[in-house]
Amino acid sequence: MKEANTVADAPREFIAFRIGVQEFCIDIMSVREIRGWTPATALPHAPPYVRGVINLRGSVLPIVDLAERLGFPPTDASARQVIIVVQVGAQIVGLLVDAVSDILTLTTETIQPTPEVASAFVRSFVRGMLAIDGRMIGVIELDSIMSTETEAAA
Amino acid sequence: MDTMAAIRETFFQECEEQLGELEVGLNAMEEGVADSETVNAVFRAVHSIKGGAGAFKLDRLVRFAHTFETTLDLIRSDQLATSPAVMRTMLRSADLLADLVKSARSGDAVEEARVEAQIAELKALTENVKEAPAETGAGEAEGLDFQPVLLALDDLGASESQTARYAIKLIPAPDLYRKGNETVRLLRELSRMGEFRVECDARHVPTLDALDPEGAYLAWRVQLTTAEDEASIHELFEFVVDDCELEIVVDRAGPIAAPEASAPVELAPPTPVAVANDVVAPADVAPADVAPAEAPVATAAGEAERAKAEPGKPEATATAATIRVDLERVDRLINLVGELVINQAMLSQRVLEAGLARSSSVAAGLGALEQLTREIQEGVMAIRAQPVKPLFQRMSRIVRELTDATGKIVRLRTEGEATEVDRTVIERLADPLTHMIRNAVDHGVERPEVREAAGKPAQGEVKLSAAHRSGRIVIEVSDDGAGIDRERVREIAIKKELIAPDAQLSESEIDNLLFMPGFSTAQTVSSISGRGVGMDVVKRSIQALGGRITISSRPGKGSTFSMSLPLTLAVLDGMVVKVADQTLVVPLTAIVETLRPKRGEVHALGVNARVISDRGGFAPLIDVGQELGYRRDAADPVGSVVLVVETEVSTRCALVVDAIHDQRQVVIKSLEANYRQVPGIAAATILGDGRVALILDIDTFVARTNRSAQEPLLAATG
Repeated sequence: MKEANTVADAPREFIAFRIGVQEFCIDIMSVREIRGWTPATALPHAPPYVRGVINLRGSVLPIVDLAERLGFPPTDASARQVIIVVQVGAQIVGLLVDAVSDILTLTTETIQPTPEVASAFVRSFVRGMLAIDGRMIGVIELDSIMSTETEAAA
Repeated sequence: MDTMAAIRETFFQECEEQLGELEVGLNAMEEGVADSETVNAVFRAVHSIKGGAGAFKLDRLVRFAHTFETTLDLIRSDQLATSPAVMRTMLRSADLLADLVKSARSGDAVEEARVEAQIAELKALTENVKEAPAETGAGEAEGLDFQPVLLALDDLGASESQTARYAIKLIPAPDLYRKGNETVRLLRELSRMGEFRVECDARHVPTLDALDPEGAYLAWRVQLTTAEDEASIHELFEFVVDDCELEIVVDRAGPIAAPEASAPVELAPPTPVAVANDVVAPADVAPADVAPAEAPVATAAGEAERAKAEPGKPEATATAATIRVDLERVDRLINLVGELVINQAMLSQRVLEAGLARSSSVAAGLGALEQLTREIQEGVMAIRAQPVKPLFQRMSRIVRELTDATGKIVRLRTEGEATEVDRTVIERLADPLTHMIRNAVDHGVERPEVREAAGKPAQGEVKLSAAHRSGRIVIEVSDDGAGIDRERVREIAIKKELIAPDAQLSESEIDNLLFMPGFSTAQTVSSISGRGVGMDVVKRSIQALGGRITISSRPGKGSTFSMSLPLTLAVLDGMVVKVADQTLVVPLTAIVETLRPKRGEVHALGVNARVISDRGGFAPLIDVGQELGYRRDAADPVGSVVLVVETEVSTRCALVVDAIHDQRQVVIKSLEANYRQVPGIAAATILGDGRVALILDIDTFVARTNRSAQEPLLAATG
């Protein structure tokens, strides 16, 4: 998103999480809650990364396997995995990840552009990179996570 | 919304109510069953609209309402007879008045020529009557026209010629101030009528911490000696009578009573109160029309009598019988109750899993909770329920316009107008119902000469009825016309290649051809029913509401379209089934029967299609698990359970599922809110174990299967 350029110095907070051995983070402002994995009800005719729907206090919440969405092998969901409940536009979506690792406070200028080595598909989600204590963390923007346009590539 | 806009919005809402009253009253007058009170109600409705419109400077509306009112006044004073011709003009004027109100509200254009023509028509009626009262001629130029209205109230004992003493008790409700009325003005007007003495009763003013700044705590007692009659006193209170307790008693004997012992505040000039009242700014009136259409248009006399029946009631309880509530609040409440139902089901299941004995006190308490939950749910659903009356009233206008356009004489008879159903159902029923009424007049009822030749009265009748039947609402549209011409329907269906020329069809199958997409019997595409939407659209809209529609028709006697609809869209009766470890809900309305097929009943057809013998025919077997992608291979229908369902085009399909769990009411949850529409799935629900279950949408599910299978068997659905 454009905020990375427009809001210059205001420090922002990010939630970092792991998918396999790689680390990613999302803006904390879009995170509603973090909860444990519960078995989802499968949805017919859904893209493979949509694991199904769960009951979040009366709302029907779709679960996206973020690993599969980014092109990794699908997550073998168990009680160890967590669901990050995020707001994407007007909708609320659960992201299935392996573990939440950190909360980061940083200014936007520390975010570096995603190198060209990554495919255009990966770059449509990972909009920037962070280097912290020798770790490399991909910054994920959620706006296109549920869009069908990127589906063909997936 | 600023205050003025809020008041304006309230005015339009009240206009709706007044227009409803007007229509009801005029219809009663047309049928000759109106008493003088009805005529007065009609007059008052037009007068109130005029008064309000004046306040908002809606000059065109005022001008027309004024002319209308003038004519109505002649009818009221028996100077103009309510002949059919006169009543037709009156009804048309009511339609125009409704259009003008709509135009003032939303800016829709109304042709000036139409207004002029209608005014001329009304004036023609008035001019026939020589002695039009001068009173109604005045006040046209004034923006605020609150001309005294003569109400034919029952004379409660006042004599006009001599002075009488009245004891008037006025207990305003908060609404009185909210609507911009002020007691000080009313009292000032009263004081002008004669010898006047007022007491303010401040007993009910609470301590400051309990004081609601927008509440109404003061009451007044007036002793009035005047030569005016009682009707003119009532008239003074005409606009506030619904928002206060008013008691007017003739008190001939004795001197003016001494002030009461409870130390009432003497209030010689009532001005200080006015200041206080000004502080009470009119609050934003929630723009919702949840309030039933039965508007409190009780007559002044009736209200006064009611007030008398409950004397000395503190004003805190003297609220109106209905309240306006923001629709959003009601919906929030309904959602919460949905949660409650789910939670209660989950709790029950947990208790069951914990292995507590059925006789334990926990189980007993749970039973009571379940009962309460159900009652709360029913209560909350009832808030959203509204009578079908306003919907039916719209239909009577449509019939009127159609009879003018077609030259047919048709009367609309309505039954069961008080039947209540969910608001959304009413809203979404308007279009299909309009279409069916149009069809009934345009295609159903014959021309007068044809009718007479057939030995029927020249006036046709379209009947619109509503009734509750086993937890659903049944709405019927029937006409006494010629009935469905089955030969022609068949011909057209063959011509349009909807059926094979040699197809053997039963009568009801022919009737059902009307619901096929692309079928329209109108020989000439008229502006009335040939609008490119056929009965297939009607059927689809009804089915989208979870309803069903059936036709029955007898040649020469007429046709009846019967719709059965759920009372609410928030819950659904469903069958909970298991398919490949997934739980699904199938709407009960679609299920015709359930069966366990035997070996000999299942037949293979082609490479991978199978059918099942069903009541002499064959129904295609659809494996639900395979179709939804839950399993790769179809289960063996023998040993499974088969649900025979009927789709929108009345084709039967047999759905193969693993087992039937339960049959219960489920709370409907949207899938689109956080995800998107899923083909074949109507919505989701949450079961007792807290997991989400999907609700099958039979029609799209079956249609999808047909497309993917490319089977010519069901070509009719395409």
